[in-house]
Amino acid sequence: MIAMQGFQMDLVSEHRLSQMSPVEKVRFIIDEVKSGKILVLEKGLSPEEEAHLIEMTMTLIEPDGFSGIEMESYPSEVDTSFLGKILKKNALKTRLTVIGPADQLKTLKKDRNMISALISTNK
Amino acid sequence: MGVITSFKRNFSDLFKKLFKKQNARIGIYGPPNAGKTTLANRILRDWTGDAMGSVSHVAHETRRARRREGVTIKTNGSSITLDIIDTPGLATKIDFHEFMEQGMDEAESKRRAKEATEGVIEAVKWLENLDGVILVMDATEDPFTQVNVTVIGNMEARSLPLLIVANKVDLPEASPSTIRDAFPQHPMVSISALEGKNVETFYEELAKRFG
Repeated sequence: MIAMQGFQMDLVSEHRLSQMSPVEKVRFIIDEVKSGKILVLEKGLSPEEEAHLIEMTMTLIEPDGFSGIEMESYPSEVDTSFLGKILKKNALKTRLTVIGPADQLKTLKKDRNMISALISTNK
Repeated sequence: MGVITSFKRNFSDLFKKLFKKQNARIGIYGPPNAGKTTLANRILRDWTGDAMGSVSHVAHETRRARRREGVTIKTNGSSITLDIIDTPGLATKIDFHEFMEQGMDEAESKRRAKEATEGVIEAVKWLENLDGVILVMDATEDPFTQVNVTVIGNMEARSLPLLIVANKVDLPEASPSTIRDAFPQHPMVSISALEGKNVETFYEELAKRFG
């Protein structure tokens, strides 16, 4: 029997992430990505969480080790619904996000509604 | 007498704290090599006769945020005084091998990479202490980078003003319209910070957005 080789990709639901605090989300993503996984987040992160993730990533970069993350999210959309306007804090709608180790995931092309990425099995 | 003097001083300090208008703090953000420091130098040379920092074709030349207070810009009969913060280029990955490819030795490359990571952290921390952002994009590059998306998202989440600068329009492959189409909800100015092309329009927009 031939063993399958490749990478692990986890598709993380909005529900799963919504149960975590911002700090837990960032920690969860960093731990998973550092272990070599590629995550697809159904609803992405808030802009503040994205900034915190970048900050945390920088503290963990090591020469000849972890070189950072590749993260691609679609631009947020402003919630123009009545409820969105009332709940100002939730007026930004975050969207699907792909995150992986920088040495395995490479974005080829991205626009407002399409992300094309290459996943390498060679580190 | 001492009590009265002390009272006057305290009252004066309180008055200043309550009514003194602080300059708006405007951060210059963008990916590495977008031309942030070139733009900061252009602003300072035009309005203070000074410069902010050195520039280089090697990414992450700016690895510490630099702040210049009280830069007064006069345009169309009005004036605006800003504190300008030139921030290190934002990135989600930093690999020292990329500096070695630019001709640096391994030790120097590792040192630069370490400083670059610290610079990114500093730039992210500044995001929470600003009144507005000038987001510099290289008009020859794809505008949908994660850095651009994250900075714009943070400004929108805080309802803070943002001015997009499509830089490097002196280059033949520049396509500022691609940037405008990518982020149509925000004002954009096309300039060449290096050559000074269209900077008057940039200053007018700056006063309009942050004044």
